[in-house]
Amino acid sequence: MLPEAAHHHPAGLAHQFDNLEQQKEAATLGMWAFLTTEILFFGGLFMVYTVYRSSYPDAFAAASHELVVWAGTVNTAVLITSSLTMALAVHAAQLGQRRLLIVFLLLTMALGCVFLGIKAFEYYTEFVERHIPGLNYDFEPKYFRNAQLFFSLYFLMTGLHALHMIIGLGIMAFMLWWSVRGVITAEYYIPIEISGLYWHFVDIVWIFLFPLLYLIGRHAH
Amino acid sequence: MSTVLLPPRHYLNDGYGVRSWLLTRDHKRIALLYLAGVTFFFFIGGAMAVLIRLELATPPGDLVTDETYNKLFTMHGVMMVFFFLIPVIPSVLGNFLVPIMIGAKDLAFPKINLLSWYIYVVGGLFTLYALISGGLDTGWTFYTPFSTVASTTNVIPAALGIFITGFSSILTGLNFIVTIHRMRAPGMTWFRMPLFLWSTYATSLINVLGTPVIAITILLVAAERVFHFGFFNPAVGGDPVLFQHLFWFYSHPAVYIMVLPAMGVVSELVAAGCRKPVFGYSFVAFASLAIAVLGFLVWGHHMFVAGESVYSALIFSILSFLVAIPSAVKVFNWTATMYQGAVSWETPMLYAYGFIGLFTIGGLTGLFLAAIGVDVHVTDTYFIIAHFHYIMVGGTIMGYLGGLHYWWPKMSGRLYNEGLAKLSAGIIFIGFNLTFFPQFVVGYLGMPRRYHAYPPEFQVLNVLSSAGASILGVGYLIPMVYLMWSLRYGRLAGSNPWGAVGLEWTTSSPPPTENFTETPRVTWDAYEYPASVETDVA
Ligand SMILES: [Cu+2]
Repeated sequence: MLPEAAHHHPAGLAHQFDNLEQQKEAATLGMWAFLTTEILFFGGLFMVYTVYRSSYPDAFAAASHELVVWAGTVNTAVLITSSLTMALAVHAAQLGQRRLLIVFLLLTMALGCVFLGIKAFEYYTEFVERHIPGLNYDFEPKYFRNAQLFFSLYFLMTGLHALHMIIGLGIMAFMLWWSVRGVITAEYYIPIEISGLYWHFVDIVWIFLFPLLYLIGRHAH
Repeated sequence: MSTVLLPPRHYLNDGYGVRSWLLTRDHKRIALLYLAGVTFFFFIGGAMAVLIRLELATPPGDLVTDETYNKLFTMHGVMMVFFFLIPVIPSVLGNFLVPIMIGAKDLAFPKINLLSWYIYVVGGLFTLYALISGGLDTGWTFYTPFSTVASTTNVIPAALGIFITGFSSILTGLNFIVTIHRMRAPGMTWFRMPLFLWSTYATSLINVLGTPVIAITILLVAAERVFHFGFFNPAVGGDPVLFQHLFWFYSHPAVYIMVLPAMGVVSELVAAGCRKPVFGYSFVAFASLAIAVLGFLVWGHHMFVAGESVYSALIFSILSFLVAIPSAVKVFNWTATMYQGAVSWETPMLYAYGFIGLFTIGGLTGLFLAAIGVDVHVTDTYFIIAHFHYIMVGGTIMGYLGGLHYWWPKMSGRLYNEGLAKLSAGIIFIGFNLTFFPQFVVGYLGMPRRYHAYPPEFQVLNVLSSAGASILGVGYLIPMVYLMWSLRYGRLAGSNPWGAVGLEWTTSSPPPTENFTETPRVTWDAYEYPASVETDVA
């Protein structure tokens, strides 16, 4: 190893790496590889959705009509805003602005909680309106059978998305703790950046879920 | 040979307590943890195979009931596929070798590497518990609607166990991809990498791209059982065949997760055993990637009899034939490497010969199955069983054992008993062929898989197969004994007992914790053997 590199050992550099640059590239590539698996994970669900949507378009449109569209719309806006605050948090971390970083992380987490709150309200509404297959279900007789597929997919897809949001909130809480403790510096901001990648990904999944579940065929019914 | 000494400091004496193993981040120790894990699950799966072959020694179902038999072959399949064949070479040999072969100190994410071992163990024990406490009778394929509606066995716990274990595959694959991209030593370009790394890389791509699909598929099955969602239930308009599409989208590529690493091992063994560069290096390297890509496009060949349309069946059939091209490129290139090489008859090379022969038979019978007409005739017969055991056992396990013998001196610092090793390689080869070749015949004659009783006219072939299985079992036990024995009593290996090239042979045996005393600088291509050896023989 180069002697100067051996002497200067920056904080946050793991022993298997030569320098922070290599570590940053590895962490970023690792997160992208992980997000690729996530795409295929949700991809399987989108495939199932596409198959049944094209098999039973009318039942899906009728079932879609039952969702609380204003709640979905508000949630979309909430998540897009949280992506903005997340991006600002990454920016603040790069510049070493610790207070700003903490503020933006808190804002991102708050918006994430708002999203989950609205989602919980929606689930409650679906329960009251008897839209939960296998648990509490009823629907107009014409579409009684096939609408179950829509609602099953709705709950599984949004449920897995919400689970990813909860994991994201956990990561953000961790990042907040690191930021408060001063682990995150202008030199070592990789954790914030790759956590941000994850957060944006979870948002993008919602950007696909929202039109597929709430909007398509809404007016046809 | 001058006297060889163990290096004073190496990864095995860098800490002794239980904690130093269970909390290690050293990829070499994690490789040994995996070695313990896969060996454990291999013998569990093997014990089930013994019971299956015992039952099939006689035509009537006299040893176990049909229900128990269903559980036995399910347990055999689940254990062998998910907990042995898929992890075995990447997790044991890959973990040990990937950083060393590229001149790195460790994998990119050592903590994640340890985490993936824990996930593997937890998933494995969870599944084992599910299989023992009540059993599972769906076969390792979990076909719907039987698995979602009809089966009364432990589908949910087994599904969860496999789901959990999937994360260990994903994390290992992710770790290898990042390590190979970002951690190569100065001068170690992509085209100087040993071919084992190319095949490990291709395998990791499948792990990362395919495993999440089986994860969501299995989650759908579990969700359907718990919440009665009906994704695959015709009663609400669900389609059971959709499950098969999702399942085979992963599970066909999974065959390449099993066999690609073995191909990588064989490339290393052939080069070292012939003292020559592998013929057509870049062809072999790209063949690995081609197999990984094509592997994702052929899943429909499992559904020729499942109501697939004629047109998709045709396309899947043609694409399946195409996989033969990169596979054949490899076989021909290994053979061309041996041509006029100083071919050795040491144990690792015996396994390489075994691999090439058995993989060729398995691969060629795969072409029979890619042809729709033949496939319809032999679907769900022992012909299929024989075919995929030639690939998975004849291919993967031969490659694994060859690699384990080749790198054992590096891993342990000691040599095993060569005579016993050759003997057991011979026993395994004979036992394997005696077990599975008769199954091609009995399958072609029409004996279906997954039944515990069969007509008396099939008994001769089944007895041959059962006899072969007991020989094979002995063959697998012998290496356990002499490899363990060598740990204590084996002669010291020295850093390069085979006289092979490759970074792993430039460091001590066993290697130090950080693999090299200083970061290597690579100025040579893979397999640069001195030309003199070659001309001497010619
Ligand atoms: Cu296949």
